[in-house]
Amino acid sequence: MLRRTALILAPWAVIVLVWYAIHYSGIVNPALVPTPHSVLRRFGELAGDRLPQDVWVSTRRVFLGVMFGILLAVPVGFVLGWYPEVRRFVDPLLNFFRALPPIALIPLVIVYFGIGEMAKVVILFYASFFAGVIVMYEGIAQISPIYVRVARTLGARDDEIFLKVILPLAVPHMLTALRVALGVAWATLVASELIAAQTGLGSLIQNAAAFFQLDIIYVGIIGIGFIALAMDLGLRAVARRLVAWQERIA
Amino acid sequence: MSASESARERIAFERVSVEFQTRSGPLRVVDDVSYRVHDGEFVSIIGPSGCGKTTMMNLVAGFVQPTAGAVLLDGKPVVAPGPDRGVIFQEYGVFPWLTVRQNIAFGLNLRASRVPEGERRAICERYMRLMGLADFADAWPKTLSGGMRQRLAIARAYAVRPEFLLMDEPFGALDAQTRSAMQDLLIEVLHAEGKTVMLITHSVEEAVYLSDRIVIMTARPARIREIVRVPFGHPRTESLHEKSEFGELRSHVRELVMKEYAEQARQSVHVPV
Ligand SMILES: Nc1ncnc2c1ncn2[C@@H]1O[C@H](COP(=O)(O)OP(=O)(O)O)[C@@H](O)[C@H]1O
Ligand SMILES: [Mg+2]
Repeated sequence: MLRRTALILAPWAVIVLVWYAIHYSGIVNPALVPTPHSVLRRFGELAGDRLPQDVWVSTRRVFLGVMFGILLAVPVGFVLGWYPEVRRFVDPLLNFFRALPPIALIPLVIVYFGIGEMAKVVILFYASFFAGVIVMYEGIAQISPIYVRVARTLGARDDEIFLKVILPLAVPHMLTALRVALGVAWATLVASELIAAQTGLGSLIQNAAAFFQLDIIYVGIIGIGFIALAMDLGLRAVARRLVAWQERIA
Repeated sequence: MSASESARERIAFERVSVEFQTRSGPLRVVDDVSYRVHDGEFVSIIGPSGCGKTTMMNLVAGFVQPTAGAVLLDGKPVVAPGPDRGVIFQEYGVFPWLTVRQNIAFGLNLRASRVPEGERRAICERYMRLMGLADFADAWPKTLSGGMRQRLAIARAYAVRPEFLLMDEPFGALDAQTRSAMQDLLIEVLHAEGKTVMLITHSVEEAVYLSDRIVIMTARPARIREIVRVPFGHPRTESLHEKSEFGELRSHVRELVMKEYAEQARQSVHVPV
């Protein structure tokens, strides 16, 4: 157990050491690389100030964007995965929209959705949906038809096949789609908060950039990384329970 | 137990042909096949791989429709799969998201179940015991060995009480020891509750040991090469393998089968890539 903890912490310790090394070696102008402890101090200050609000607002945006994105991605991905004929026509469309970087859509989103919460959630929804739908349909398309055949020989009707065979087989893919969408949404957060955001981790970073407060930028970036990591670990724990039957578990 | 000529006809192939549409045009897989399986009879189908054996099983199971001719079940054409025909697929198809017990119970919990509600639990227990799975009732299939998955697939098919058992190379992936144990288990179960069986196999030994009749197929397209009657009574035991009649019949069947395998090998050399 102790060994395991040490192994998990080791890479993080290496990063911190390299960080210190870069600061003190002078390869880069030390003024441009705040030390880990100064970033930590700044974190302490912000934690008693605007940071909780930023975290809450950003998390809510990500949550809403991912929720709506996945709510749409699951049924759409399902249909595309299950009906290859539909996929043939829709696939180019998906790849077209998926290739557009969310940041390029910002002007249009502002025109159509304004500059409020809605606009930010729409960007995150967009990113989540396209990431999720592809994972979902690739997964569904891989489901072996043997299980449906077996169920039919045992007497299952169409509705029973959907509820008792296809749905349980789809659950792992839904969870993977959710994980991927969450990751993509956190990665897109800063872009979404380019839209006139007063609060949020992305806006924290952008405001700090305007005043060249490098330590705050680091706090924001590390904050996003850690929240995304925590959510992913949480989802994986849920997945392990929900799909304990799988050969390989995420 | 042994089916006599007078027994009722259960499965009938009437001049059945199957053609699949492929990229390179129509592919004839089954060609003008006619034969009958009687009530309680055990018929093996043997032939080179790719000749159309699985397709023949799928015709009876209801997954493939004949291009010409008819496949009849008790005199009526097969239109769809159903719980009256238990199918053991080559790849088992054990449901990985269900435990051993839940796998066996799957067919019993469907609306089409032909087993009274009160009996379902007992049936699960019975087949778990019979198939040596009782200690694994709540295990996930991923923890089972190949032989155990095979037994689970058989138990699951048996639980819905099919009148027919269709098996597609069920023991092909098992090691010799397990294979032989599974054959004897099958004999035991069939002895306890007679069924009409169609077994697809590669193994001449297995076909002779288990069957009442052996249908030998030609290389693709599958035509009937010969139907061989196996005169041994039931129930059979391992010692049958040592009998000289067994050896003679096995040699006879093997010779026929080897000719077709050679033909198939010759064909595949000429197949343009
Ligand atoms: N649905 C299908 N569409 C096209 N070709 C098929 C289909 N099913 C089987 N075949 C072809 O028919 C031939 C016989 O297949 P199969 O019945 O599985 O043979 P066997 O079980 O004897 O090995 C093979 O060449 C296979 O590729
Ligand atoms: Mg086959």
